[in-house]
Order: sequence, then C-alpha cells, then structure tokens
Amino acid sequence: MSAVADTHAQDDHHHGPAKGITRWLLTTNHKDIGSMYLIFSFTMFLLGGAMAMVIRAELFQPGLQIVEPEFFNQMTTMHGLIMVFGAVMPAFVGLANWMLPLMVGAPDMALPRMNNWSFWLLPCAFLILVSTLFMEGGAPNFGWTFYAPLSTTYGPPSTTFFIFAVHIMGVSSIMGAINVIATILNMRAPGMTLMKMPLFVWTWLITAFLLIAVMPVLAGVVTMMLMDINFGTSFFDASGGGDPVLFQHVFWFFGHPEVYIMILPAFGAVSHIIPAFSRKPLFGYASMVYAVGAIALLSFVVWAHHMFTVGIPIAGQLFFMYATMLIAVPTGVKVFNWVATMFRGSLTFEAPMLFAVAFVILFTIGGFSGLMLAIAPADFQYHDTYFVVAHFHYVLVPGAIFGIFASAYFWLPKWTGHMYDETLAKTHFWLSFVGMNLAFFPMHFLGLAGMPRRIPDYALQFADFNMVSSIGAFMFGATQILFLVIVVKCVRGGEKASAKPWDGAEGLEWTVPSPAPYHTFSTPPEVK
Amino acid sequence: MAENQTYYVPEQSKWPIVATVGLGVMLYGVAAIMVNGKEGNSTTGSWIMFWVGSAIMVYMLFGWFGNVIKESRSGLYSPQMDRSFRWGMSWFIFSEVMFFAAFFGALFYARVFAIPWLGGEGDRGSSNMLWEGFQATWPLINTPDPDSYPAPEGVIGPWGLPLINTILLVTSSFTVTVAHHALKENNRQKVKTWLTATIALALVFVCVQGYEYVHAYRDLGLTLESGIYGSTFFMLTGFHGAHVILGTLMLFIMLLRIRKGHFTADNHFGFEAAAWYWHFVDVVWLGLFVFVYVI
Amino acid sequence: MRVHAKRAGVLLGGLMTPALSMADWTLNMSPGVTGTSNDIFSLHMTILWICVVIGVVVFGVMFWSIFAHRKSSGRKPANFHENTLVEILWTIIPLVILVVMAIPATATLVDMYDTSEAEVDIKVTGYQWRWKYDYVDEEFGYFSSMSTSKDEIYNRIGKNENYLLDVDNPMVVPVGAKVRLLLTANDVIHSWWVPEFGVKKDAIPGFINETWTRVDEPGIYRGQCTELCGKDHGFMPVVVKAVPQDEYDEWVAGKKEEAERERELTEKDWTMEELMERGEKTYASACASCHQEDGSGSPPAFPALQGSEMVLEDMEGHLDVVVNGVSGTAMQAFGDQLNEVDLAAVITYERNAWGNDTGDMITPKEVFEYKNQD
Repeated sequence: MSAVADTHAQDDHHHGPAKGITRWLLTTNHKDIGSMYLIFSFTMFLLGGAMAMVIRAELFQPGLQIVEPEFFNQMTTMHGLIMVFGAVMPAFVGLANWMLPLMVGAPDMALPRMNNWSFWLLPCAFLILVSTLFMEGGAPNFGWTFYAPLSTTYGPPSTTFFIFAVHIMGVSSIMGAINVIATILNMRAPGMTLMKMPLFVWTWLITAFLLIAVMPVLAGVVTMMLMDINFGTSFFDASGGGDPVLFQHVFWFFGHPEVYIMILPAFGAVSHIIPAFSRKPLFGYASMVYAVGAIALLSFVVWAHHMFTVGIPIAGQLFFMYATMLIAVPTGVKVFNWVATMFRGSLTFEAPMLFAVAFVILFTIGGFSGLMLAIAPADFQYHDTYFVVAHFHYVLVPGAIFGIFASAYFWLPKWTGHMYDETLAKTHFWLSFVGMNLAFFPMHFLGLAGMPRRIPDYALQFADFNMVSSIGAFMFGATQILFLVIVVKCVRGGEKASAKPWDGAEGLEWTVPSPAPYHTFSTPPEVK
Repeated sequence: MAENQTYYVPEQSKWPIVATVGLGVMLYGVAAIMVNGKEGNSTTGSWIMFWVGSAIMVYMLFGWFGNVIKESRSGLYSPQMDRSFRWGMSWFIFSEVMFFAAFFGALFYARVFAIPWLGGEGDRGSSNMLWEGFQATWPLINTPDPDSYPAPEGVIGPWGLPLINTILLVTSSFTVTVAHHALKENNRQKVKTWLTATIALALVFVCVQGYEYVHAYRDLGLTLESGIYGSTFFMLTGFHGAHVILGTLMLFIMLLRIRKGHFTADNHFGFEAAAWYWHFVDVVWLGLFVFVYVI
Repeated sequence: MRVHAKRAGVLLGGLMTPALSMADWTLNMSPGVTGTSNDIFSLHMTILWICVVIGVVVFGVMFWSIFAHRKSSGRKPANFHENTLVEILWTIIPLVILVVMAIPATATLVDMYDTSEAEVDIKVTGYQWRWKYDYVDEEFGYFSSMSTSKDEIYNRIGKNENYLLDVDNPMVVPVGAKVRLLLTANDVIHSWWVPEFGVKKDAIPGFINETWTRVDEPGIYRGQCTELCGKDHGFMPVVVKAVPQDEYDEWVAGKKEEAERERELTEKDWTMEELMERGEKTYASACASCHQEDGSGSPPAFPALQGSEMVLEDMEGHLDVVVNGVSGTAMQAFGDQLNEVDLAAVITYERNAWGNDTGDMITPKEVFEYKNQD
C-alpha cells in the first residue's frame, strides 16, 4: 500500500466508485466492467431476439407476408451474429469479470485498463455491424457463417463494414481472453493450486485458451474475404486457383472451437450450482477438469463435420466422423457426473437450480442430436435442414442461455446484496422452458421431414409445425422481458442477502459480504 | 516479501475509451475508403476519418504506454505485475502465430488440394472438365481462368534476395540477444550498439523486401491479382513485412528509452517484450522462407 | 384457435408414440426409395434408439433423484464425490457403443462414395436461382426453374399442393440405372438434395463434386436447394422424375430433336413480334427474379432496366453485359446459359418493353456473330 500512496496522494483502494458517467467510461474495476458486459449482452439478446421474432413471424404461415426474402436473409444473418458475438460471448465474459477475481481471491483482473478497452470495443463493433442495416444494399445477408462466394463476389457493399466489425470483436475477445488467462495463472490466492480451482475458473481458463487460438483465425479468414472483395486476390475463387471450400475450412477451424467457447463456461457455472442445491460436493472434480480439457483439444480436429456435404475425400470424411463421435465421451462423463452429484443429495429447486437441471436435460438432448449429426452418412439427410437448427438451438438456448440465467440468479444476491423475487424467477423459468421446447422441438420433425434452413417460405407439409414453433418462439421471446423486470427489481431492493445466501454453496466468493464491496481481496486470502 | 506486495490496480483511466474511439473511427474510415472507392464515390471524408482515427490512436499509444512506463519507474509494479505482463505478451504472440497459421493453412490447402483438383488429379479431379487446358503446377504459372487472373511470368526464387533476407533476420535475432545480455550485465553502451545494429538489419530487410515487391509487380507480373500464388505470396510476406515494421518500431522505442536511461539490469520487461516479438517475427520468416519460397 | 388446440393435442399424442405418422405432422425421416436412403434411414433409427435408451437411463436416474432426494422430504445429503470404477465404466461403455455405431456408418459412407460404373452421367449446375441439367453423353441440357407463381407466394391465390416444389422441366432419370451426378455451380454454392434418394451434395462454383443414385421405383421426387445461395434460396426446388428405361429413351430422343430444332432457329429470320414474344418468356425465367418483371430492378445490387441509359442507347454494351456478365457483381454471363435465339429475344425485349420503346432489334444471327467474333 505504501508505494501506491506515494504517487496517488489521496489514493485509497477501499474507496467507492466515481460518480456519474465517468464511472463507466473510465473504470478499471472488474465489477463495473462485468456489469457493463452483462447489460450490453442482455441488450444484444433483446435485439437479436427481436430479429428472431421477425423470422418466426414470417414463418408463421406459408407464403410471404411480412418481409421480403432479402430482408429475411439479413434477419437470419444478423440474428446469428448478434446472438453469438453480442449476447452469449459477452455474457460469459461479464460473468468472468465479476466472478473470476472473487473466486481466485484476486483484487481485480490482471490488466484492468485493457479490460475496460475489451469491453468498450464491443459497443463500437456492434454499432458498425448494426449500422449496416441502414446502408445501401442492406446488411450482410449471407448467414452468420458468411460462406464465400456469396459473401465476397455476391455480397452487399456493407460486407466490408461487417468485416471490420468482426475485426474489432476479435480484438476485444483476444484481449479479454488474455486478461482471463493472466488473472487465473498469476493472481490466484496463495494455496489455490490448479486442481483446487473452482470449475468455473477451470472452464474459463480453457475457454480463454480456445479464444486466443481461434479468434485470430477468424480475423485471418475475414481478411482473406476483404482482399478478395477489394484487392483482387483469389483465395475463394476457383478461376484463380482458390477454392470456396477453403473458406469453410478456415471458418470452421474457428467455428467449432467457438461453439465450445459458448458452452464451456456454462459447464463451469452449472458445476457450482448443482452441488450447491444438492448440498453435496461435485462428483468427479478431476474427471470434470479432464473432460473439459479433452473437449477443448478435440474441438480442434472436428471442424469438417460442418462440411460433410462439400465433397471432402472419404479419408477426411471418416477421420472427422470418428473424431466428432469421440466428443460424446467426455461430454457424457460431464453429464453423468452432474447426475451423480444430484444422486442421494438433499435437493431444493430455487431458480438457479431449475435452470441448471433444465440445462442438463436439454443440453443432453442437444448432445444426442449432435451425435446423430456426427454420423456422416446420416448427416447427408440432416445437413442444412431444420434438424440442424433444432440441434444448435438446443445446445445454445438451454445450454448457453439457460447457463447464463442460472449463473445470474445464483450470483445476483452477491452482486446486488438483495435476493431476487423467487416467484417471478420461477415463472420466468417455466415460461422459458415451455416456450423454448415448443419453439425448438418441432424443428427436429421439420428437419427430418425435409425442410431446409434459411428459407423465408416453405412447402405446405411444413405448415403446422412451423406454426407451433412460432407460437413457442413468441412465448419464449416475450418471457425474457420478465427477466429484465426481475433484475431491475432485485437491484433496487428486496430481502437482504447474507454473505452466503445458498447454504450449499462453496467458494471464496461467498466469504465476502453481499453486495460484494467495490474492492475485494486487496490482500489475498489464504486457501487451505 | 516481494510476493505479498499489493498488486497495483490502476485508478480510472481515459485511455481505453480513447483507444476505442480511435480504433473505431480509423477502421470505419478504412472500410468507407474501400466501399466508396469501389462504388466510385468521393473518398475524401473517409480519408479524413481514417487520419483522425489514426491520430487518436497515436496519441493513445503514447499516452497509455507513457502511463505504464511512469508507473513502472515509480516502483508501483510488483513482481506479480511483471508476471501478468509476461503472460499477456506471450499469449498475444500466440494469437499472432494463429493469425499467420490461417494464411499458412490457406497456402497448404491451395497447393495440396485445390490446385491438383483443378488440374484433374485426386478425388475432385473431374473439376478439370470446367477448366479445359489447365495444368496443375506450383508455382502457379497458369491460372484456370487467365482472363480474370493473369498468371505471372515468373516468381521470385529463394536463393537470391530471400536468402539474403533470411541471413539478415537471423543475424538480427542474434544481435538483439547480444543486446539483451548486455542489458543484463548493465553494459549500456554495448546495448545501444547492438540494438542499433539490429534496427539497421531490420531496415535493410524492409528495403530488400520493398525492392522485391517492385520487381515482382514490374518485371514478373506477379501481383495480388495473379491467382492464388500471388494471393498467398503477398498476403504472407506482406503481413510479415508489416510485423517487421511494427517490431522495428518497438525496438526503436526501446533504443530511445535506453538512451533516456530507462531499464535496469533486472527490470526491463519492455525491452524483453520487444525482443520476444522480434524473435517471433524471425521464426515466422523462417516458415515463410521454407514454405513460400523454397518448397 | 380451437383447431390449433386440437392439433396441439395431436402433437402430444404424436410425441408419445413416435412410430405414428400423419400427413401434416410427419415426425420422422422418410426411408426413401433408394438403397442409400434405406441405409441412412436404418443408421438414423439405430442411433436414435441408442440415444433414447441412454436418455431413459440417465434421465431416469436424474428424475429419481429429483423426486426421492429432495430436501423437503427430509433427505440428508450423502457425501461421496468420486468413484474411480464407475467413472472408468461410464467412459468405456460409451466408447464401445460409438465403435459399434461407427462400423455400419463407415460401410454406408464407402458405398455412397463409390461413383464408378455409372450408366448415365448428368451434370447438375446450380444457378441463382435454378438448376441446369446437362445429359453429358447425349449432348443436350436444359434449365429447371420453379413454376410456382408469385400470386401463390404472395397469397393472392390459393396454394397448390406442390407449392414451392414444382418446376417447369424436371430432371428425368431411368429407373434401376446407376446415375452419376456431376455437381457444380455457376455463381455461389448451392446444394442439390432429394430426401427420398438420400442424396445431398454441394454444388461448388469452379469444382465438380460427384455423387450417384439408383432409383428403383418410378415416380416424381421433390427436394430443394439446401445451401443459402441468396435471396431466392427458398425458391429453387429440385424435381426428379424416374421413368422406366424405354420411356426414358423416348424422352431422350425427343430432347435431342428439340435441341436440333433450337439450333436451326438461329438461322431463321425473326420478326420483332416473334422476338418480343419469346423475349418476354425468357426474361421471366432468366432475368425477372433480380431485375423484376417490370424492369424496375432493386438497386443497388440489381439496377433498373426500365429507362436505363445502357438499354436505351448502348447496344454493344448491352450485348456485352448480357453475354459476358459483369465480373465482381451478381450479373452473370448469360452467353453460356442461353442460346442465341433467347439472347437476341431477351435483349430485344428489354429494349422495347416497359416504355423503353427504342425500336431496336437484334437477331439471333447477329448474336451468334458477336459471340464468335474472335
């Protein structure tokens, strides 16, 4: 402390936040930055959700009623991009910002100023991305996977802006991930060995590694697009010796680890929540850690399972099929461990636990359809149909999104110092649960019956399930407003939360008061 | 008890938000230049945006690094802080490695898969039906559609200038290491000498590379537009060249700081980071030399 | 709403009995009509049942815990947190299941990749937004575009039972013969899919992907493009008609004759009226999806033709754009897609329709000379 006091005359690390807008613009505090990430993420969730509502409204009935196909394609594209890069990823970074220093007993993130930059780049990137909607020729309309040459030679002029927006998101993610790794590897309280780290910390360590490994590859592939569009290169053009499929290889080398980036932190959070509400330690801590590691490593060698129909030579096809099937093993281990944790526990079902249990069940269903998709010959029938749409929404909505809701309810008392309204939260859960299943389960049937994805209009035999699905989607979408109400209510008041509001919860974060003071662990705690 | 010294958490800082505005304005400007240029609209406004953004970025870099240097020199940083910087820099370099990996991957794919397929070999060899007369060769001295992508008359052989460049860069990696050792021995005159030598080698490298580009464009017809060979060649060497220039700037700033009396024998992470970066640039070049020029 | 409530009830019933199948509420994949599609179907059902069994066991244990091990029923938590034997078992058993699953999957895949000894070769080319089928050995080919009208799509009239799944000229294959498909595309990536055949393969510009099928039952089979290919991705169906061999031979003979007649038409002297009439049809099938039926386009991607400077004045430029396309834009080179008659007709039509009224006319012969001037 003495060294600090020398240069900053009035500096006392236990003072509170600054007043006004500068608190948020100039902050270096991990809790402020975490909150900003979470708020930003929820805003994007509503925006991306609104686009999903447009999509589902158009698909409510066969025929074109509400939007034209050009605009429909812009909606599917922006919905995907916003949900992936704007809603899910920032939400987990927000949770990491809030919780990692509290969980490892650190005073803040390792590089606090860079942390703030990571955050502020996101609104900047999304401002550019969303502005493309108002440009001549419209927003990107080639799907969130932006396959060349639809996104290069045939893309709208706004594609160049989209590319730079992706670059900025990449810079943000990489810096965020570097911060996470440095914090975890360098800032743990004395005595906290790697194998004593909470699982959320472990999963984030591995997620951060994945981010640093693949975000630059995404930057690389969009740079190739930029060059093809503006400078006459021929990476993705066969007439110059390139190959449109090269785009897909590089994209999915990023894209597959990316889907684990969106789910691993949820694995970590659920591994805290289930033991807490089962009042029983997590079953198989070590195997959980190894399983996450195995999933992360395998994620680098399975990318071409997104491309089974592009005409990969059979040796490649077989390799990617086998590697993909292998992922079921560590994923299975995790699910079995969660179930074994609940087995013979003493269970209660507050909102975090409800979301966590739904996470396990529905994510497993998504895992099953994933296993089916891994079988390459069968994938020829599933590929690019609504079966795939059902699959990834089952892993992302009850996976990533429910994981985030579970975490939010679990840690809200710590963040705000108040208990949230349990009744409203349970209502939020049940409506989301029903809406989500109603929206996405019929999509399995639609896909199996032969409905391709990314179409604004469909043949008559798909009409009934689409209507069901749209009703479910509207229900799920409307329900999310309730979450906003619950959080605002909880921030403004409510029953006072104790330092450890959940009797089964464990970890350093529960040793500090609720709400967590502006500065915590200025002197590191000792972990036995 | 250096270990338990308090970790320095900086107060509020304006630099992140300045950096956001700078980067955002700069890149929006770049995108606007490209789009307006392509559509034939005026690009004046876009250029202004680009320059304003760039100026903000330069201001930010001086300010932010200046802050860090000041804090470091006033003894605010603990050894733990030092380790944070080390982790940060190492992972940053790893991310750069992955960025280059994407382009090396593209080169590998084009050579091993795409070109042979287009030339009629392998699993998708029937593609040659669409490109009658196209022969798979590497370097690609004909392209499937010469009207859109005129092939180069020749490419740059490895054993002339590229070999000289290899020697230059490997030597510079060696000289920067000598400088580092000198710094550890607190022999500052020697540091200046060897660091200056490193920068000189780097500048010669950049000049040679520049000459090579002019030669490629003027005499060989090897351009970005000459098919996948030109695309991968210029993207790989171009991004490498950009990194060389960035690394040289870093080393130059280190030289200025040494001259101002910064760094001590056991506390000079800024210098080490620049040296690490320089070694990274060198290793990428070795990969380039082998995969782009030799093989 | 009552209808939907009733349907929801049916849906629930359907969920309980997966084998049940209803016309509008199809729940499962179709076994299809080829060997491949049957293999795929059985793989699909096997893996589905494996998943169901694993699900029942895992969720069974879970629900048992949820109901029996509640705090409200006074349970005290146990305190175990590892069991090496169990953990090894539940790693090994899934692994064994996967290996068992991989064997038939591998066999099917190897079979699907065997394109040798085909009796008929058809080159399938994806265009924005229609398909072209070239019968390589017979030297004829034709386009296949969706025939569903805009009125149906925009709900101005009722929808026909093959809404969005009907084309003007279906692909025709002989029953029982091994048909090799050479897939490629002219602009962006498309994907050719007929669910009942178990065939889906991407059509990639500049490359050719091979696949094959052998249809055993005569009939009409429908599918769609399954790779996002731009605005009308949802409107480029695939329709295949499988006919007995003799009927197929007859059809081929007819097609060849038709191709010959088309070639002769180039030589004929055309009148303005004839060209306008033909041009309107060609325009509707080749140009209207981008430039709109009234020539208004949708700028900036698809410029308007009505009142366009080039269309009104620059005949040479107009011909060049239509024949060679504009590289780097969505305007394709129609020189290879349309024959001389259609090119002449469509250019004449564009220069005289929608009030353009230039009175310009270009004949098929002139187009032929333009294309072969080098």
